[in-house]
Amino acid sequence: MHTNLRFYLLVILIMGLGVGLILYKHFILGFPLLPDDKTPVWTIEAKIDFSARGGPVVVSFALPPETPDIAIIKEDFASPDYGFSELASPSGRRAQWSKRAVKGAQTTYYRLSLYETDQITSSIAADLPSEPEKPEFDEVLNTAAITLLDQVRNRSANTEIFTRELITALNSKVPSQNQSLLLSERSSDDYKTHLIINLLAMEGISARIVRGLYLEDGRRRQSLTNFVEVYIGGQWLLFNQNSGIHGKPENFLIWQRGDESLLDVVGGKNSQISFSIIKNLQSTRNLVVRDSMSKQAGIIDFSIYSLPIEQQNAFKMILLLPIGALIVVIMRLLIGLRTSGTFMPILIALALIQTTLLTGIVIFLTVVGTGLLIRSYLSRLNLLFVARISAVIIVVIVIMASISIISNKLGLDQALTVTFFPMIILSWTIERMSVLWEEDGPREVLIQGGGSLLTAVIAYLFMSNRTIEYLSFNFPELMLVNLAFILLLGQYTGYRLSELYRFHSLERRNVSGKP
Amino acid sequence: MFLASPKKLRSFGIIGMNQRNFGLISRYNPRHLYPLVDDKLKTKLLAQQAGITVPKLLGTLHYQHDVKLLKEILGPYNQFVIKPVKGSGGKGILVIVEHDHNLYFKPSGDAIQLVDIERHVSNILSGLHSLGGKPDSVMIESLIQLDPVFSGYSYEGIPDIRIIVFRGYPIMAMLRLTTHASDGKANLHQGAVGVGIDIGTGGALHAVQFGETVLYHPDTRKTFSELFIPHWDKLLQLAAACYEMTGLGYLGADLVLDRDQGPMIIELNARPGLSIQVANYAGLAPRVAVIETLKTIDPDPQARVIFSKKQFSTALNPHALRLQHTRCDDPR
Repeated sequence: MHTNLRFYLLVILIMGLGVGLILYKHFILGFPLLPDDKTPVWTIEAKIDFSARGGPVVVSFALPPETPDIAIIKEDFASPDYGFSELASPSGRRAQWSKRAVKGAQTTYYRLSLYETDQITSSIAADLPSEPEKPEFDEVLNTAAITLLDQVRNRSANTEIFTRELITALNSKVPSQNQSLLLSERSSDDYKTHLIINLLAMEGISARIVRGLYLEDGRRRQSLTNFVEVYIGGQWLLFNQNSGIHGKPENFLIWQRGDESLLDVVGGKNSQISFSIIKNLQSTRNLVVRDSMSKQAGIIDFSIYSLPIEQQNAFKMILLLPIGALIVVIMRLLIGLRTSGTFMPILIALALIQTTLLTGIVIFLTVVGTGLLIRSYLSRLNLLFVARISAVIIVVIVIMASISIISNKLGLDQALTVTFFPMIILSWTIERMSVLWEEDGPREVLIQGGGSLLTAVIAYLFMSNRTIEYLSFNFPELMLVNLAFILLLGQYTGYRLSELYRFHSLERRNVSGKP
Repeated sequence: MFLASPKKLRSFGIIGMNQRNFGLISRYNPRHLYPLVDDKLKTKLLAQQAGITVPKLLGTLHYQHDVKLLKEILGPYNQFVIKPVKGSGGKGILVIVEHDHNLYFKPSGDAIQLVDIERHVSNILSGLHSLGGKPDSVMIESLIQLDPVFSGYSYEGIPDIRIIVFRGYPIMAMLRLTTHASDGKANLHQGAVGVGIDIGTGGALHAVQFGETVLYHPDTRKTFSELFIPHWDKLLQLAAACYEMTGLGYLGADLVLDRDQGPMIIELNARPGLSIQVANYAGLAPRVAVIETLKTIDPDPQARVIFSKKQFSTALNPHALRLQHTRCDDPR
């Protein structure tokens, strides 16, 4: 019992390890399970225009924070002949361009590519609010503010509702006198944001301005939109200052938090900033691999991805072999198909992947058929065995070359792929089939040849499947699952499908043991 | 119906390839013992030491340059059999029944020349018929003479008797008759007729060709109902003794009856096939199970034969043996 228990434990362990790694890569690292999984990648270009006065110029520009919910693929800072540095300040990252002496219209660019990840931003513990500063309004405004706050306070039960009600009241279509005093229609967005923050401060609530960009494909000359972030119950909540709706909208990139300026230009005037946005779809898998590589996630860093591309491509093929092996195991142990050479079908399947199915089969049959004809002549020549198989190899190469040349002359390009067939294996196949023909007759040749070809085609269908190809390369852990299956099949003692046919006459047996 | 239900087959005790490989061969046949039976020269030597009759060895060839000696070796003989030492499944066996001047005649009447035999020998030496294609040796044996009891049951060849010996006990037997379809070979898948033989009596039970029941020999039309194999006890004892000789727990012994010398062993097989079940119309599993329940193996082959004859005779006790569970299903 113990040995068996140990065997099943081993199988479960291998299987569990494989499945576990796959799940880890899918859920934690974000590897998609399907090859066609695409992620929108946003490319945002910020264009900064200003005219320089002629002296030294320093342009300081706030950059979006690096949070876990977005992954930055690429950042470019382009500006003619400017010195550039990226600074980290307590309020966030800033880009700084500088030049000793410059005059006239200037433009600098900042380009950013990013995509949103599924990970949730956990609010940072250190991100605590400062004590709200009471605003200094003049008397009229002060009275209007107090009245409005009283009204709103009466309508709300907690800070969250209070904030929402306050914003709704300020944005009301039919403004009361108080509102009109505080906020005219011509007031700028910035003014409105600061008004909300000030009013909240009068209530002792901490709030701050958040600037962000709505991500929409093909937009140009966009500017940042202001939001209000309010500190409620130990975390920051984002509110739309025009609707009072709470929460981060979809496709919204938070660019800057806090009241620091977005853009400072020292030594220039008429500074302007505009954003343009382009969306394109990229394969999720590529993004995740790049992201994991840059983060040096151990499982990716020590994986096939770290190899040069050429080796990676080789492994793409090699990792398909276990799939073929599994097919052969199933065909032989469960179906009971006879093949000529145990793993010859896998090699034929590999060749079929290069040649495509129909062309491959036609080429295979032509080469083996012609080879058998010539081999039957060779057997009359009375050759030693090694010499004969070597002769067959040369014959195979001649056949392959002829197929290539003839088909090329005829303009059949597909047949040029004949070179992908493994020559030695083909020669052995011909030799074995030929001996089989002499000893067991053509029937056995058909059975074994057909069995090999059928197994090869089935293995091909699996190995050429895009999803399987994708999974086997990107989740090499699947090999462990495969291994577990093969181990299990190795202990299968039931009947093969072919045996149900082989012994079918026995079914008519009655109890006495006589037909 | 083309397919049998696995449930029914299991209830008849039919053993499949997977179960044979896993539960019988890998469990009862230690791999280091294989060379004893895979190498027919070794088997022959072992058998001679154990006092078992084997066909007379006329000569052996080990190297390609020995091929030139062939003419000299074959010279004095009119009839002989050329075999690869490590061949399997009857492959590469060349039978010559007549020698006339430069022509050698096969049982089918086809005439070949010395060069053809030389090429055949050279092929064997190169490993064409051996397991895994390894270089091989050639043995030349005297031809077995057809026992008259089989005349009318055989076409262009010598019938042989396959006895499955499990842990020293003969558990199932089959007579393999050559036919026109099998080209004088005694291989069932090539079209030879398999006749299940009752362990208790040596009488024919049931016959098949190509997996289908036949009542008479397809070439000679002679019915099997009155076929009884002579020297049956001797044949069983020879087979049973192979267990001590080789140590293999599950083996197939191929025996023949020679007109002049009586029962002799021609070959042993560490991976005997399963067609014998079709020929016997019975499964191996119940018989394996009976032997597996034995606590001790009787060291005397004769006693084992007596036990087997009593246990496994379908003619004597047709309703026995309903025990199905073999140790193959148990964990190791």
